[in-house]
Amino acid sequence: MSLPKPVMRGLLAKRLRFHLPIAFTLALTAAIAFKYTVTEPRKRAYADFYKQYDAVKDFNAMREAGVFESVQPTGK
Amino acid sequence: MLRLTTGRVGSLLARRATAMVPGVMIYGGRNAHSDMSQPMYWDRADIPLPDKPYKDVLTDADKSLKQKEKGPWGQLTKEEKIALYRLSFCQTFPEMKQKTAEWKTVIGGVFFFLGFTGLVVWWQRVYVYPPRPRTFEDEWQAQQIKRMLDMRVNPIQGFSNKWDYEKGQWK
Repeated sequence: MSLPKPVMRGLLAKRLRFHLPIAFTLALTAAIAFKYTVTEPRKRAYADFYKQYDAVKDFNAMREAGVFESVQPTGK
Repeated sequence: MLRLTTGRVGSLLARRATAMVPGVMIYGGRNAHSDMSQPMYWDRADIPLPDKPYKDVLTDADKSLKQKEKGPWGQLTKEEKIALYRLSFCQTFPEMKQKTAEWKTVIGGVFFFLGFTGLVVWWQRVYVYPPRPRTFEDEWQAQQIKRMLDMRVNPIQGFSNKWDYEKGQWK
């Protein structure tokens, strides 16, 4: 019945030494993945949309559809 | 139907009571253990050393065994050691931790009451709910979608982006 004395100290430090680099790497990877799968396509979509955007044409289309209260469609 | 329910509820209560107070219900005479102001014996995994030993009224044979316990333990036989253990404790940990079939009752009760709730909800649907709002009708929904497209809702990546305005159809 002579077991070796179990490790009593430094348990949290040991766990952190192992898990903290993993945690930071995973967090960083998640951030980078989000940037290149979500934010970059979104910025490109917005840029492309506004390159060919004619606000007046869009306004007139909406006006004809009758969604405004301040202006009526040109027929009336 | 009602008798079945009370029977099932009764057995569930009895089993829960036994799990909580095993020292009182199963192991002693009720007279012996009904004084709750005295230290009590429990067979519980989270109380490994109860407040008092299991058997406190010892026969003469038990008393002589306890005397022998005061000497070197190497001289006790295996049976004597087990007898001493059983004097202090009623069940061993494995005996205490035996699985019961209680989970079946629990799951059965859960499903039963889910079913009952379903019936209640059905009755409510028939007798309590007001008439459906007209915004749920297909025609209203179609007009709603047309208005959203006319307003150019989320034209860059969202709703109106998916509509082809030249062809008048979804992309």
